[in-house]
Amino acid sequence: MEIKVTINNEDKILNIEYDEFLSEVLRKYGYLSVKKGCDTGSCGLCTIWIDAKPILSCSTLAIKANGKNITTIEGVQKEATEFAEFLVNEGAEQCGFCSPGFIMTVLAMKRELKNPTKDDIIHYLTGNLCRCTGYVGQLRAILKYMEVV
Amino acid sequence: MITIKDYAIPTNLEEAYETLQNRRNNVILGGCSFLRMGSKNINTAIDLSKLNLDFISETDNTVEIGAMATFRSLETSPILQNNFNGILSKCVKDIVGIQFRNNVTLGATVYSKYGFSDLITALLCLDVKVCLHKGGIIPLDTFLENKYEKDILTKIIISKDSSKCYFASMRNSHSDYAILNVALSNRDGQWKISVGARPMKAQIANNASSYLSENELNDYTIEYACELSSQELVFGSNLRASKKFRQEICKVLINRGIREVMTWK
Amino acid sequence: MDFVSKSVKKIDGMDIATGKPLYTDDLCHNPLVIKILRSPHAFGKIINIDTKKAKTLPGVECIFTHEDVPKERFTLAGQSYPEPSPYDRLILDEYVRYVGDEVAIVAAVDEKTALRAMKLIKVDYEVFEPVIDFEEAHTHGSTIHPEDDLKVNFPIGTDTDNNIAASYEVYTGNVEEELEKSEVIIEKSYYTQAQAHGMMETYRAYSYMDHNNRLTIVSSTQIPFHVRRIVAKALQIPQSKIRVIKPRIGGGFGGKQTASVEIFPALVTLKTGKAAKIVYDRKETFSCSTARHPMKMTVKIGADTDGTINVIDIKALSDTGAYGEHAWTVFSVAGNKVLPLYNKAKALRYGGNVLYTNKMPSGALRGYGVTQGIFSLESAINELASQLNMDPTILREKNLIREGDSHPLLCGSTDNNPVTLTSCTLHECIRRGKELIKWDEKYPAQVISDSKVRGVGMAITMQGSGIANIDTASALIKLNDNGFYTLLLGSTDMGTGCDTILCQMAAEVLSTDMDKIIVHSADTDISPYDTGSYASSTTYVTGNAVIKAATDLKEQILKVGAEYLYESVENVSFDGIYVKTNSGKEISLDEISQNLALGPQGETLMGKGTFGGDTSPPPFIAGFCEVEVDKETGKIDLIDYVAVVDCGTVINPNLARIQVEGGIVQGIGMAMYENVAHAKNGQMITNTFMQYKIPCRKDIGNITVDFQSSYEPTGPFGAKSIGEVVINTPPPAIAHAVYNAVGVNVRSLPITPEKVLMGILENK
Repeated sequence: MEIKVTINNEDKILNIEYDEFLSEVLRKYGYLSVKKGCDTGSCGLCTIWIDAKPILSCSTLAIKANGKNITTIEGVQKEATEFAEFLVNEGAEQCGFCSPGFIMTVLAMKRELKNPTKDDIIHYLTGNLCRCTGYVGQLRAILKYMEVV
Repeated sequence: MITIKDYAIPTNLEEAYETLQNRRNNVILGGCSFLRMGSKNINTAIDLSKLNLDFISETDNTVEIGAMATFRSLETSPILQNNFNGILSKCVKDIVGIQFRNNVTLGATVYSKYGFSDLITALLCLDVKVCLHKGGIIPLDTFLENKYEKDILTKIIISKDSSKCYFASMRNSHSDYAILNVALSNRDGQWKISVGARPMKAQIANNASSYLSENELNDYTIEYACELSSQELVFGSNLRASKKFRQEICKVLINRGIREVMTWK
Repeated sequence: MDFVSKSVKKIDGMDIATGKPLYTDDLCHNPLVIKILRSPHAFGKIINIDTKKAKTLPGVECIFTHEDVPKERFTLAGQSYPEPSPYDRLILDEYVRYVGDEVAIVAAVDEKTALRAMKLIKVDYEVFEPVIDFEEAHTHGSTIHPEDDLKVNFPIGTDTDNNIAASYEVYTGNVEEELEKSEVIIEKSYYTQAQAHGMMETYRAYSYMDHNNRLTIVSSTQIPFHVRRIVAKALQIPQSKIRVIKPRIGGGFGGKQTASVEIFPALVTLKTGKAAKIVYDRKETFSCSTARHPMKMTVKIGADTDGTINVIDIKALSDTGAYGEHAWTVFSVAGNKVLPLYNKAKALRYGGNVLYTNKMPSGALRGYGVTQGIFSLESAINELASQLNMDPTILREKNLIREGDSHPLLCGSTDNNPVTLTSCTLHECIRRGKELIKWDEKYPAQVISDSKVRGVGMAITMQGSGIANIDTASALIKLNDNGFYTLLLGSTDMGTGCDTILCQMAAEVLSTDMDKIIVHSADTDISPYDTGSYASSTTYVTGNAVIKAATDLKEQILKVGAEYLYESVENVSFDGIYVKTNSGKEISLDEISQNLALGPQGETLMGKGTFGGDTSPPPFIAGFCEVEVDKETGKIDLIDYVAVVDCGTVINPNLARIQVEGGIVQGIGMAMYENVAHAKNGQMITNTFMQYKIPCRKDIGNITVDFQSSYEPTGPFGAKSIGEVVINTPPPAIAHAVYNAVGVNVRSLPITPEKVLMGILENK
């Protein structure tokens, strides 16, 4: 069937099956930043926004996005780049495979939380796993970013 | 791999209910977080998102939570933070991550009666009624004990009262499932202790609860109540912990809960 | 120095961070999709396999079974040829040796069709009694590898009748005599579990036939050259017909040092001529690839009451699972790269067997045996300290190896010619670590409340830098036609940043900006040979090659520049921009390179360098931690972790720090949370991130990293490795801290609240 969505401020009509998940559909339509890490909703790699809320696109049926506003990191490149500078300055991007989902969560946090503490930040990002960095470099980057931006 | 043949987005409950009953493999969709892990062949998937069931609201005497309210909304809801000592916000906040909690819904969790559920454990120590479209309004514990019937859970109703409530969970990794969950409430001296993730679904420790309610609290009676609860409840072993370990920490978590609640004025 | 020891940003950092499509699965277009039908039995023989119905399903391209593949055995271990891993597998075998072993390869137009086809394949098995417990494997009765064509390239002690994949023994001195003379003996057994790599990008590869009818494989691999060789052998085609390209890799940790998936698309493409891809899902990645070898080690230490360690004797058993990838090497490393730490001991011995079992094969994982060996040895050393009533830091200071010492177990040693340790600040690392954790204030423990106690613990470790006399890397650097360079590498940056640090080194030698150097890696058609990024080799081995190549090119630039300036080469210098004479004549690199690209005088300047070490200089770490233990529940909270590192010169402090932090957290995972578990029938039950818990960001406490740099004379700019050594200290240090807090020695990993509480209750 067809669904109408807005992806990164562009209106799109997507051809989907009822049993397709959003992460797969987005990849099929060329939003290749959307990564899949786990199949069980545990890793956060596929995090995108629906109506500005971070959600797991791997656990969301594509049809549920019908009529909604989808944002992937391709749609927030300016902000993402701004934050990525801090991440890269710490060397904390490492393999980068978890970065799109991670950065989408960081940017959502920045919109949602006012003056978060270190614990608030860690709590907000708990659903984003990373196997390379050990998380502390990411935290250094976020703290510096939150101070500046 | 799951398959879905047809998809329905009903605009009223009756229509949703009828579709549900039409065929054996017609199902209601919740947050869909566990959907992709299964291999269900679904005939019609029924999406309740047009039924305005994602509310959290309060009256003078009750708090009501719609089936489609997400765990993230439970966590951030001022109503839930300000009632029941905040345990309904607190009990979901360690479940995986924000994006997961933005997907997961209350209705699917309660309806599925998950053994590992932190939320059911917390709800069980409160005065909660489950509203089913056909089955009517029934107490949560009755609902949990009843056999599965194909119905639609529309909302839960929680009585506001003077209860002091407490929730604690034992996890190894912070984002893991609980090894054990304990919730307790004290309403004017009436105690209610519920224990979940044993790993079976949450249950009230009836003997311990009434013993506590009937006796003056001191070191001895508290410890005895903890012992009672670890004796009367059934514990099991799984990947996360053995039956014996669960039995041990059950006593500790309840003990700590009682003492904590006792310090609240 | 302009670039070395600077925290330069990773050259690919911004692109991978902001979600550009650079990984394997982002690059292929409409390939056939491959799914693998897998064995539901831990051990059995395929009696009959019927694919007829499945093949008629529309959209199915091909299905292969054991009847369709070459009968030549090989190993998937990414090691230099001839590999010291047994050739014990076929692409598809009539025997299935673990739950998940490959039974049929299905290729179809899309995933759904492939999955549907799989359900239509009928397989009849003769089911055998599986061997699950490796401690019982050699007496079990079931023979996991009954085939008579299993081959080994070296005598590694393989005895398939008794399910022994490999065996190994090494010793110095007279162990029995020293044990006899020692005043104190401790003897304990320790268990380390299987650990999953848990890289975020699962295993994947795709392949196609190129315009010259050659098979091209694009793979998320650490070992492109080994993949080329392994695929050629498995498919029985010449290596010259294969090209392997490595794009960006989403993490490896040694998992991608085993060629787990490349053969499947290669076979499909070879047989159909069509592009094909395989992407393992997370379950397959957990249960159908490799994991860390579980080991049991019984450590016996003989010491005197003054803390002199006389002898260490370790009897070990390792579980290699269904196939012998890395079986012998991981096992030998678990002794060889551990025991030299205590070189003052007069006798050292390590040995035992590696057993086949009917579980997923074990393989390479960051630490590669040292992690296992260090947990056992360091735990035993800590137990010895406790028995001697001696501060464990002081016990170690007394017995540890020092710079300038030589030892016959150091990698590269030959008979009568022990290798000398040319760089080591381990004693400084311990001193600094004690300061940072406030050891003298906190050791052994502090009571926080009625139920909570904080304890501190420690452990040390070493590793290697490449494998002496085996690893080889080459680098090529060419001057392009406009004064910029291309650095060609065969190493495989898997996120670690080695492309960047190798570029730093080249820029340093050539006195040029890093953005004047294009780094290309890795493509077996183009890149110079490199064994790959594993065994902590890239900074050290490939780094040395890069320095040689850049130096070679610089000399060529000087020579050509001198010719243009009509000077002898001794009288000119190169500052990165100009070749200059003493008398002030100069010619720019731009001009030189443009001249070289013009007419008959044209020439390509290409510097080349190859390096293979005859030693493997060990990096060292002293790890310290503080934990808070709940005495009533056994819950452990990690408060602080301190790692003080000697990796020689730190080439890029930021990237090195992240390596340390990431490795520590992976080590924390192994210490406290991670455990590959099986049901009785051999089915892995921890095949998702729901059941297999890697640390999340709330689990890790504060991590402090400090460097006590030594200067390794054989290293590039004095550097040694960092990639693996970082994972080793958390398991023993955390076990030690728990002991100091509540008096419970947990000798089997992971250290769970249950084990701690049960220990506390037993002690009561």
